[in-house]
Amino acid sequence: MRVLLVDDEEELVSTLAERLGYRDIDARFATSGEDALVLARAETFDLAVLDMKMPGMGGVELKHELEILQPDMKFIFVTGHGSETDFKAGTAEAGREFYLIKPLRIDTLMDKMREALAERRQP
Amino acid sequence: MLKALKPKFWDQGAGPASHRSLFNYRRLWLLVLGLMFGVSFVPLALMAGIDFSISRQAAEQETELRMSQLVSNTRRTISYFIGERVSALGFIAADNTPDELADPARLATLLELLKSSFSGFVDLGVIGADGVQLAYVGPFELAGKDYSGQEWFSATQTRGRYVSEVFQGYRGVPHLVVAVRRDLPGGTFLCVRATLDTATFNDFIGAIDLIPQGDAFIINREGVLQTPSRSHGDVLDPVNLPVPPPSTSSEVIYGLGQDGSEIVIGYAYIEGTPFVLMIVKPKTALLRAWYGTRIKLSGLLAGSVLLMVLVFIGVATVLVGRVFEADQRRATALHQAEHAGKLASIGRLAAGVAHEINNPLAIINEKAGLLLDLFTYGRECNQNPKLKGLVDSIITAVERCGAITRRLLSFARHMDVSLSEVDLPHIVHEVLGFLGKEAEYRSIAVDVMTKGEIPRFISDRGKLQQIFLNLVNNAFAAMSDGGHLTIAIRREDPDWIAVTVADDGCGIPEADLKRIFEPFFTTRKSKGGTGLGLSITYGLVQDLGGRVEVDSHVGQGTTFVIHLPLAGGKKEA
Repeated sequence: MRVLLVDDEEELVSTLAERLGYRDIDARFATSGEDALVLARAETFDLAVLDMKMPGMGGVELKHELEILQPDMKFIFVTGHGSETDFKAGTAEAGREFYLIKPLRIDTLMDKMREALAERRQP
Repeated sequence: MLKALKPKFWDQGAGPASHRSLFNYRRLWLLVLGLMFGVSFVPLALMAGIDFSISRQAAEQETELRMSQLVSNTRRTISYFIGERVSALGFIAADNTPDELADPARLATLLELLKSSFSGFVDLGVIGADGVQLAYVGPFELAGKDYSGQEWFSATQTRGRYVSEVFQGYRGVPHLVVAVRRDLPGGTFLCVRATLDTATFNDFIGAIDLIPQGDAFIINREGVLQTPSRSHGDVLDPVNLPVPPPSTSSEVIYGLGQDGSEIVIGYAYIEGTPFVLMIVKPKTALLRAWYGTRIKLSGLLAGSVLLMVLVFIGVATVLVGRVFEADQRRATALHQAEHAGKLASIGRLAAGVAHEINNPLAIINEKAGLLLDLFTYGRECNQNPKLKGLVDSIITAVERCGAITRRLLSFARHMDVSLSEVDLPHIVHEVLGFLGKEAEYRSIAVDVMTKGEIPRFISDRGKLQQIFLNLVNNAFAAMSDGGHLTIAIRREDPDWIAVTVADDGCGIPEADLKRIFEPFFTTRKSKGGTGLGLSITYGLVQDLGGRVEVDSHVGQGTTFVIHLPLAGGKKEA
């Protein structure tokens, strides 16, 4: 499973990638939308975990861009900002099930990632 | 009694200075009352005053006029009475020869004729130019009497006719004398003189239609009474009033009577005689009719003023009372709005804090997680149980923080109501299912009662669950082991359902009762309470278009009532 992690907090996203690595998940990370697109052009990913709010390109916009590059990619949104508009946008894009609030339990994230991928394989 | 009449607003605004300046109802009341009294009583008093003086003036003028007419008429009558007799005497003097006049027998016939035609004649005499009485008929022996030195004789001689004042003479009876001159050829003359008794004269005066307190009499120009009077002395006594100034017409003057009361005097100088006719009436008696009307009007005025005062006080009281009530209602509404606003701004603040904290919290979480992963998957650290325990503690603490920030966010966020058909009793049982173990363990008796048929209705299942979970959790926390929790679901009216959650726990002090819906207000800080449960519940119930009521007594328990509309979620839809 190849996962792309995008968050403007490098400390967070790098650690998370490392932790996922321990769980046999090939995780790459980017700290901005632009970097993420560069990565996505080079490699293919099964899933992207995106922060809703980032400087420059936000999570929702990034998702649209990534979908153009890799239509099969699945998405999970993560947010520390639980504002109403974010919630609406996030749940509309990924479904309520795939809208997670920080801080995350790594087990929850793992579960959701598996769920999202299972969903992809089914149809 | 007075207390019961005192309006509610009376003591409002008399309190601290800050309130006084804004709402002084007592002053408003006085102002309204003063204004109403001012605009009604000032014109009323002015009109009453003007009417009083005008009507009084009119009454006085009428009195004067009537008095003046009475005096004129009486004067004419008296004047005519005397003039008639003087003319009759003149006629006798002219119609008879001097010899006939000097004949006592002829004179007696003339006296009889006069007596039969005119009243009042007592005797008749003829006096020669030398002043000696030539002939006389009458009750006294006056023939040959010499009048030459007397004042009346010379007056008759010079003026041709004479009317005397009333006098007693030596007869001892008040009488008056009239005389005419008969010129004879050769520059000599005769004087015909008659005595009139005053009885007829007095009858005239007595016949004047007078009110009981009135008086009518004749005086001479020296102020000696010529006729008897009721209250101003007897005949030939000096009158106890000043002699009015001479005038050719009837006059009305005002003066002061014997007892100091005001009197109205009508008088007239009777021409060709020394007489002054006087009619005296007390002013009060003349104005009695006017006074009567005045008293009736004053009574009416006083009555209407009293009525107005009562009505004004009533109107002002009701008016200011209404203003007071409206202000009270407004103040309550403001207070509620303020409360809601406070809750909302605290919510926003809390959400802001939660947002900011979430990111560093997430980093701590991941770093600690990585540490744990290193223990689990790594080779470099041997399995040090103490370190692993420390990391576990960090992660647990982070999760607690996360729980708090999530609850803060859900308090602040008004998520869309996701609507579906719900079965309220079922949801309540479901919630109790979560907590069933705790109830069992603490031997808390839980009763769920459903009164009447509870229809399924459209609402947000998740929110309803959270509402009841919070309430039941709170109830459990308030109760000691072995308590009772009663949940009653009933249909209030066609549009509303009420759910009562009643416990017999410790209760909430009255001072705290107002604050329980505020975020972070908790009495269980030491036991891990965040103070968010009820504020979230409050927000959720509001989202569903419902409302929360709470009733609590310390030591007896707390009852929460949730009112939910059957047409739930319409507000958001």
